[in-house]
Amino acid sequence: MTKNKTVVNVCMGTGGMASGGAEVLQAFRAELEAAAFPAEVKEHCLAHRVGCRGLCAKDVLVDVLTDGSVTTYQFIKPDMVPRIVTEHIIGKTPVAEWQVGEDYENFHQKQVKIVLSDCGKIDPEDPDDYHAVGGYGTARDVLTEWLPGEVIEEIKASGLRGRGGAGFPTGLKWELGRKARGDIKYIICNADEGDPGAFMDRAVIEGNPHAVIEGMIIAAYAIGAHHGYVYIRAEYPLAVERLKLAIERARRRLFLGRNIFGTTFDFDIQVKLGAGAFVCGEETALIASIEGQRGMPRPKPPFPVNKGLWQRPTVINNVETLANVPYIMRRGYQWYASHGTERSRGTKVFALTGKIKNPGLIEVPMGITLREIIEDIGGGIEGGKKLKAVQTGGPSGGCIPANMLDINVDYESLAKVGSIVGSGGMIVLDEDNCMVNMAKYFIQFTQEESCGKCVPCRIGTKRLLEIMERITKGQGKEGDLELLDTLSNSIKVTSLCGLGQTAPNPVLSTLKYFREEFEAHVRDKKCPAKVCKDLITYSIIEGACKGCGACLRACPAGAVTGEKKKPHKIDPDICIKCGACFEACKFKSVGRD
Amino acid sequence: MIETFEAIARNYRQNEGNVISLLQDTQEAFGYIPREAIDYYSQTLGIASSRFFGVVTFYAQFRMKPTGRHKITACCGTACHVRGADRILNSLRLELKLKPDEDTTKDGEFTLEQVNCVGACSIAPVVIVDKKVYSKTTADNILKQLRALKGPSHDEK
Repeated sequence: MTKNKTVVNVCMGTGGMASGGAEVLQAFRAELEAAAFPAEVKEHCLAHRVGCRGLCAKDVLVDVLTDGSVTTYQFIKPDMVPRIVTEHIIGKTPVAEWQVGEDYENFHQKQVKIVLSDCGKIDPEDPDDYHAVGGYGTARDVLTEWLPGEVIEEIKASGLRGRGGAGFPTGLKWELGRKARGDIKYIICNADEGDPGAFMDRAVIEGNPHAVIEGMIIAAYAIGAHHGYVYIRAEYPLAVERLKLAIERARRRLFLGRNIFGTTFDFDIQVKLGAGAFVCGEETALIASIEGQRGMPRPKPPFPVNKGLWQRPTVINNVETLANVPYIMRRGYQWYASHGTERSRGTKVFALTGKIKNPGLIEVPMGITLREIIEDIGGGIEGGKKLKAVQTGGPSGGCIPANMLDINVDYESLAKVGSIVGSGGMIVLDEDNCMVNMAKYFIQFTQEESCGKCVPCRIGTKRLLEIMERITKGQGKEGDLELLDTLSNSIKVTSLCGLGQTAPNPVLSTLKYFREEFEAHVRDKKCPAKVCKDLITYSIIEGACKGCGACLRACPAGAVTGEKKKPHKIDPDICIKCGACFEACKFKSVGRD
Repeated sequence: MIETFEAIARNYRQNEGNVISLLQDTQEAFGYIPREAIDYYSQTLGIASSRFFGVVTFYAQFRMKPTGRHKITACCGTACHVRGADRILNSLRLELKLKPDEDTTKDGEFTLEQVNCVGACSIAPVVIVDKKVYSKTTADNILKQLRALKGPSHDEK
């Protein structure tokens, strides 16, 4: 890699690919091939693919590394490639107008990258690239120079906690796994990222699958496991492909298999595809799914660490947790523990999305304030709108209202206000989002995903959803809010697994912070954010309508009538309230009330 | 059809013996799980067909009806939801004239699939038409793509 004088890195995560990353890479390769370079220069020019570096909203992002300096370009399309090659790579003058701006720098400034440190820099499909930055060397050192007990002590001292959501201390889990009795043990990497609105694990596996494999090797050595599984969502085809390729190539280099790194330790990894069930993120359900059963949880204890896969001791760690491990072992627990807060050490990767100017994947030290994330990294709310709330933890989490923006983002602080760090989804909501609708959205999700095994979750979430639906349709009754509260608390304390125990959280936290919005729906039959369809009506503002006919053409139901250049009309009996006319009107003459 | 069932069942016997993998292979081959497949596996492998039905109906990935010629996947994850995914979904259903419990058009041209999250949240809302990803899209834009796929004859009607 270092031999190449000029390296072009093209972002090809799912975001980059969707924006045409493959075509851009192809264009660079063709252009570099065709360029009028002397052969010896050409040898040192390389265009290669890299994983996600976070700011997918500006894809396709391209780094040009030449003569020791890095230039980053944004929104690159294949037809822009020839000019970059001619002016920048040959002519040595970067194309100023296509370079990233200040917000790209701001986006990265407050981030601390550990898990993502090599994402966006290395070719995820090439283990030599990861090797060149120190990868797999750590696992080799651990296997040849450390005792398993020492590894566990190191991870314990680092303060690393499970990044899948619950925050259980990783070192402690490994210790329990090591102590559990049994000749055969398993390590499972949980990559069943089912939380809608979160894509941290996908990005890590797409950007640097080798760090996850190396983390699994170290974990397996620490607990004494020789078989590993990665349980990954089938909905992430690119991540699956890259992971399989990475395992295959690691095997070829004897990093996996028998006597790995020339030691007496055997370890291999198998990939298992999930089949689309949110509940399979729960440990015992995940195990049932790997065994080929319906993914239904069972009561604990016995815990998987004693009786897990095929009734053997099993340690399950999340992708991000495992990807932290090689970096901790390489740089020492003091270094890792120097990031973050007293009880939440290190960094956390978040998927920052929703109504934010610069959505993307970020890695921040634990304890950073929500304000820094939203305003400094995310660049604030898009379109000059007002922030309403930030939803964290997805269907198991809650909302943090705008007036609590100075809260620290760590396990304890978020739990205190009724939300959770969760797996890392962070969705920004503005004044146009209805909080009642959001709560209904999550309940609808958990109700559909409830496995049906225990009554409180199966029937409780159904009843919760029915009440929420009634409220958003303007049929809310006096006492509904109290009923929501009681029912939610019963579901929380009586459900079998984490899904049911946390499912009411979105309702409870919105009830707590946005009660007046619920009351507006129930009492006044109004949706203040104008989202709930049954509570709004569309009409034409007569004086403003120019009679251009845009709304008439846009209406799929035929509810708009009118002659050209004369004010139009919407028939409320035919209107399906899809909002197409509202979006189509250039003169703001469609009213929504 | 039978040859494919046979090959998949053989693979099942020789390898891990996992019902989910067996069904995933079947869906990969046919695009759905044919009823005949379950009968065949049940008989040749000596596993009650209820086990297969149990797994098929539990996981969102499996379907027992064939898909249309074109597949439209509308992401309904949270990031897409707050950016108006349901408006896009409603327009698509309206355009394709799908009843509430249908996902495939009568002529077998289109299947509209709703998924929880494709993990492309920073370019939301996302709709995938025949594996091509449309990011930051609108109902209008997707309808245009659909009409183009339908061909000119439909537009004239």
